[in-house]
Amino acid sequence: MAIEINAQNMHFKLINEQIRASSEKEVVINNTIGQRFIGSGCVGKDIHIHGIPGNALGAYLTKSDITVYGNAQDALGDTMNDGTITVFGNCGDAPGYGMRDGKILIKGSAGYRAGIHMKQYMEKIPVLMIGGKVGDFLAEYQAGGKIIVLGLGYEDTCPVGSFCGTGMHGGAIYIRTDILPSGLPSQVDAFDATDADKEEIRPEIELFVSKFGGNADEILASHFFKLVPDTKNPYKQLYVNN
Amino acid sequence: MLLKEGEIRIPAGCAISGFISRDGNKMNGGDIVKSISYMHDRSNGLGGGFAGYGIYPEYKDYYAFHVFYDSNEAREKTERFLDRHFDVINLSRIPTKKVPSITNEPLIWRYFVNPLPTKIAASQLDEKEFVAKCVIRINNDIEGAYVFSSGKNMGVFKAVGFPEDVGEFYRLEEYEGYAWTAHGRYPTNTPGWWGGAHPFALLDYTIVHNGEISSYDANRRFIEMFGYKCTLLTDTEVITYIFDWLNRKQELSLEDIASIIAAPFWSEIDEIEKKGPQKAAKLRYFRNTMSSLLITGPFSIILGYTGGIMALNDRLKLRSMVVAEKKDIVYIASEECAIRAICPDCENVWSPKGGEPVIVTLSEEGKRKCL
Repeated sequence: MAIEINAQNMHFKLINEQIRASSEKEVVINNTIGQRFIGSGCVGKDIHIHGIPGNALGAYLTKSDITVYGNAQDALGDTMNDGTITVFGNCGDAPGYGMRDGKILIKGSAGYRAGIHMKQYMEKIPVLMIGGKVGDFLAEYQAGGKIIVLGLGYEDTCPVGSFCGTGMHGGAIYIRTDILPSGLPSQVDAFDATDADKEEIRPEIELFVSKFGGNADEILASHFFKLVPDTKNPYKQLYVNN
Repeated sequence: MLLKEGEIRIPAGCAISGFISRDGNKMNGGDIVKSISYMHDRSNGLGGGFAGYGIYPEYKDYYAFHVFYDSNEAREKTERFLDRHFDVINLSRIPTKKVPSITNEPLIWRYFVNPLPTKIAASQLDEKEFVAKCVIRINNDIEGAYVFSSGKNMGVFKAVGFPEDVGEFYRLEEYEGYAWTAHGRYPTNTPGWWGGAHPFALLDYTIVHNGEISSYDANRRFIEMFGYKCTLLTDTEVITYIFDWLNRKQELSLEDIASIIAAPFWSEIDEIEKKGPQKAAKLRYFRNTMSSLLITGPFSIILGYTGGIMALNDRLKLRSMVVAEKKDIVYIASEECAIRAICPDCENVWSPKGGEPVIVTLSEEGKRKCL
């Protein structure tokens, strides 16, 4: 059994109260129209969203799943702790902002600053996966976690915008493309992904195709670049000589 | 007394929305009020406003002045000035409705005017320049008077309050236009007051803006050399004057203006050089000669003008913006929900890149109907 919430003309506070008060794990929200913070800090729920959820969907999410059957707006999964957010459309700027663990899967494309300041600690390794393309400043200040851009449908171009990896100092980016993003900072090391590198993301690719369709082996057979921080060339004296 | 912008600095989020029917079909002002209301939480009740184009077809050959007055003395002084310089065809208070949340309203008047040909001849200015100069003079010289809308067949409606309340206050459902823009304000550096609400307008140019311009003073110093007066000391005002100067007076295209105020980085120009040296040379020329008009800091803006609207983000894209289409209508908003609210089945939803202008103009059919 699932509870249903008609979000038409309902404030986000009331939506979240109803989610939390529900004795059922599964919650279906209909007629969503821009309400922010849906599912924020939620524990142990499975939330299905129809319509257009507002900014910071699933912020601080903990051990819950959210599925959006359309587009999502900005700051999706802001500082998310755990769980999975699945988006069948596109999402706006800064998905996975400061994400600490869990998975965000976007079937379509994402805006600017995807994965900004993602981090990781011990076994907590967040994953941000984008099926289409992303805007500028992908992985800005990335401190940990895996960011995977598949560029499905954008095979003729680089699916990643300018200033990729600016300030990156941890984690890894995997990009399915033949064209390396231009203007990578000297503190980021980019190389052709080996079979071993690709195996690191096989579970994520399999999860992606299980939700959105496609063939994991075919995707993994493509050329990937892997980007990691260049530990031999750390950030130093960027602003002052001291 | 309430301190105005610039007299006090308080250490934004804002919301913008707009749409245009390319074929010039009239759309009710209630639609834009509905759209902006879905971004209620981006505003804090300290300012809301709208601009409508094509709303005064019966007076389309006259400049429509919308004026705030602090007192009847300011009104009498202004009306004497208007009588000396203009043929006043019609004057009235702008119809409003009492809304509990909208208080302390000034006197709000509307005038349909045409500049006196003898005065224009004596001034040796063209008509638009003459009108702009008169607007600047009233705003600068007459204490307690503020012309906040001065174009033909268009009008600005703004107040302190949440935008949906401001729309109700001005009875926008009684107006029909081919293009509308809206703003919900969340002032972070300056207090909210009636004149400080968006849109900011001069002639038919209007700007709604989400963001904060860190280059404000550099922009202001430059533009004031050309006779503009930044009397409201709020950042958005200067963007309106930059558009007026570059588009109306320097006759630069809106695309060129975008590459001046949201100029590409030098590194990007180097990349462009490899593909098109001429284009790169033009961009270098703009960056060098108009460096004081580069707008830095986060912004998303919608410019309204006779026959079109233009949306633009700062080049780092530090504010959100979404564009969508349905039939001949193009929608622009800070959030997709504001578009879905009035067009649930909109198509081609996309986000422009930083510095990439989105310019939508009336089609030939639209021009025939509306201009």
